[in-house]
Order: sequence, then C-alpha cells, then structure tokens
Amino acid sequence: MEFNGYRREDGSVGVRNHILVMSSVACANGVVEALERMFPEVMTIKHAYGCGYGPDDLTLSLKTLGGMANHPNVGAVLIIGLGCEVLKPEYVVGAVKGKPVETMLIQTAGSRTTIDKASQIIERFAAHVERQKREPTPVSQLLVGLKCGGSDAFSGITANPALGVAADMLVAEGASVVMGEVTEMIGTDHILKRRCPDPEVGEKLQKLILEHEKRVRGALGALAGLVIAPGNIDGGLSSITEKSLGCNAKAGTSPIVEVVGYAEKPTGKGLVIMNTPGYDIDAMAGMAAAGAQIIVFTTGRGTPVGFPAVPVIKVSSNSTVFKAMAGDIDVDAGAILEGEKSLADVGKEIYDCILATANGRPTCAEINRMETFNCLKQGMTF
Amino acid sequence: MVALKNNALKIHHADNVAIAIRDIKKGEPVVVEGTEACVAAEDIPASHKIALEPIAAGRPVIRYGEPIVVATSDIGTGQWVHLHNTKPIEK
Repeated sequence: MEFNGYRREDGSVGVRNHILVMSSVACANGVVEALERMFPEVMTIKHAYGCGYGPDDLTLSLKTLGGMANHPNVGAVLIIGLGCEVLKPEYVVGAVKGKPVETMLIQTAGSRTTIDKASQIIERFAAHVERQKREPTPVSQLLVGLKCGGSDAFSGITANPALGVAADMLVAEGASVVMGEVTEMIGTDHILKRRCPDPEVGEKLQKLILEHEKRVRGALGALAGLVIAPGNIDGGLSSITEKSLGCNAKAGTSPIVEVVGYAEKPTGKGLVIMNTPGYDIDAMAGMAAAGAQIIVFTTGRGTPVGFPAVPVIKVSSNSTVFKAMAGDIDVDAGAILEGEKSLADVGKEIYDCILATANGRPTCAEINRMETFNCLKQGMTF
Repeated sequence: MVALKNNALKIHHADNVAIAIRDIKKGEPVVVEGTEACVAAEDIPASHKIALEPIAAGRPVIRYGEPIVVATSDIGTGQWVHLHNTKPIEK
C-alpha cells in the first residue's frame, strides 16, 4: 500500500508539512504565544523548563525538542531562546537535517523586535513549505505510535485488541509501530521477553520492565497493590498480568525487534518498545520525538488530547463515550460490544483511518487544535 | 441458519475463558462468534470472565493466549472466573 507524503532530505517522510515555532526555554514562551496569535496556522511547542535543571533532564529535553525540530511532519523550524538559558537554541539546530531552520535570542533585541523579525522568517518559511508537494510513498515509511489512556474495563477487550489488528497490518506492510508505557507492562516481562527473537533484546526488555516495577514499588510502598486498582478488579481483572496484557494488546502479535530509549529513533522495522512513562503527554512526546508521524490513542473514559505537528487518532472502547465526546473520537470500537462488528472489522477501520490520516485527512484532535506538549522531567529543579 | 448475537468475546484462540460484553444471567447461553459456547452457570457481570471449559485447581486461566492466573478450586464450564477462584501466578 502507498500514501502521499512529504519526502525529507534525510530519507524520512512526513504526513504533514508544518512550520514549527518552538521555545528553547520557558522564558521565551511569551514570544512564541504572541506569534501563535499572529499566525494561527503555525504549529508551536512551548514547555515549562529549558533551564533550572541538571544534565539528565537537559539531555531528555534536548532529545525531545531535537526530535520535534527534525520531525518528518515539520517542513521548517524556528527556535526562540532567551540567551542565558541552559538549553540554547543552537543545541537543537544540531538535530535538524536538510530543512530550513532559524534561531533567535530575545536578549539580543528584546521581545518586540524578536516578534517582528520572527514574523518575517515565518512568512519566508510559508513560501517554502507551499512549494513542497506530496508524493506517493510506501506504507513501510510509517512509524506509528500506540497509546492507551483513560482506559476502562472494555479497553482490553475492544479498542486495544482492535488497534493490535491494525498494528499487525502495518508491520505486515513493512512499517514500524512503537509502544511505550513500560509501567503498564509490569507483570508481563516474561511474556514479552519470549516475543523478542533476539535474546539480547529480550533481556533488555525484561530488565527494563523489572526496573520500572521496582521503582513503582519504591515510590508507592504499601500502595503498590493499587497498580491493579479496586476499579480494575470491579471491571473483572484478576491480576496485574491480565491488566498489562490488555494494555499490550494494542501492539498486536508481531515479534518485538528493538527496545529504544525515550525519544530514541528505532533503527529497524517492525514492533518497537520505547522506555516511556504511562503518562499520556510524556508517552506521546517520546514517540513523536522518535519520528512517529501518527499516534493512535485508545480510550475508555475519553480524552480530547492531541499533539503538536503529529495527528493523533482517537479510538473509543465503548459507544457511550464515543457519543458523549462526539467530535473528539475518530473510531468507535464500542460496536464490538454491540455484537455488530468483529475485532478484525474495527482493526481494518483503524488501519484505513491511519492511511487516510497519512494522506492528509485531519483527525478530530487536529480539527480541535489539541496540541498539548511536555518535556519529560525527572530530576530536581534548581 | 441465523447467527446468534454475541454476548461474549474470546480474544485468542488458545483462551479457556471468554469475556462477557454485557451482563449475562444464570442459565443464558454464552454466545461467542455467533455460536453457543456454553450456558452461564451463574450471573456474569459485563467485562468479567466465563470459563469455556473445565479448569482444574492448579491449572492456568488463559486470556490473550497467556496464563493470567491459576485456579484455586475446580472451575466448571460456564462459571464466573475471578479473585474468588483464582490467584496470581508466582514467578
């Protein structure tokens, strides 16, 4: 199968062609917001730090912002910094390959002049991206992020296994899918390890899951049992293994070919596991920064979230939330509960939706301009 | 023959339980993929597990094609499977 995408000089293919304006530090967010009001069509990324933290958080932010600046869905990027911050715009520039990139520092000219000059840059970028056209590209160029959030008792029965069907179809076409949320894999380390043809990958994955389990127990202490919460038990789940298998179901049944770090680009094709937290925004940021052109997000309770520059396809596990949040959710897997559709039917619907999205059809989250971003931060603030 | 309306889902072919997609009352047929798999031996709440075959004490309950818990008593076909008759698998 093919889709029409934007071919980038580094060999990647975008499903969108956005101009991206990002801050390198929170102090520059106000200038980015002013530009957002002037150019509503431009994508923006603002975040809470970029300074006041240690080397580990700096590295994480740099990987995330660098990955977004070089994202296949981005045609040109402008990075605005302050001047005295830890994470300087020039550090992000190093990640950008073969596309227009500009940087500005507010301390050299003040915010008003920065906004004026940035406006001229955005107009120049607009002329550049307009000239670029979509070209036929094989589906194997896609990296699709898999996410579940606000899950309910039906997520592991309808939406996640249906997304698993779509994930298997993508992998069969030679594409890649990436699943994060390692905390949601607790109790399945031995099962996932078996799914890695390369024993080294299997060892790495098991170690990663066991580390997360230890950290969760350390952080929650006596509350660690709540990893499987009373609500989960009421919903019919009898063990953490059963709960996690329901979460893992969204990745389908393909062999696991690689385990990558947060925001790290996979090197091979197939099913990839990424070290991300379960928290929706941080998990999406890691997958997007690794170059995922599309994210598919299953939900039982419902969520409107999207992500800057990356179309997010929402799949509901039940028809009640699909109706209650009409206009937020793209595919309803609840039809499986009505006995009207099979997992295979909804899996195909999700696959078709991924292809239509890749060809340019906007998702609900894009139409609603849900563009929430965060840089994962784990250490102390100085 | 008209296919019966599903009220339970078997996710993986190796599973020995199905998941109720709506509340199933005692005595009702459990319909998986348009065919009657068994009769509910007791009330099964929506999203909960029903044994599709006898599961002897000490044997694993299989869902998603994987062992998820171990039976702590003999579970008959059509019975509700949850914390009262299973325990987590010890590593």
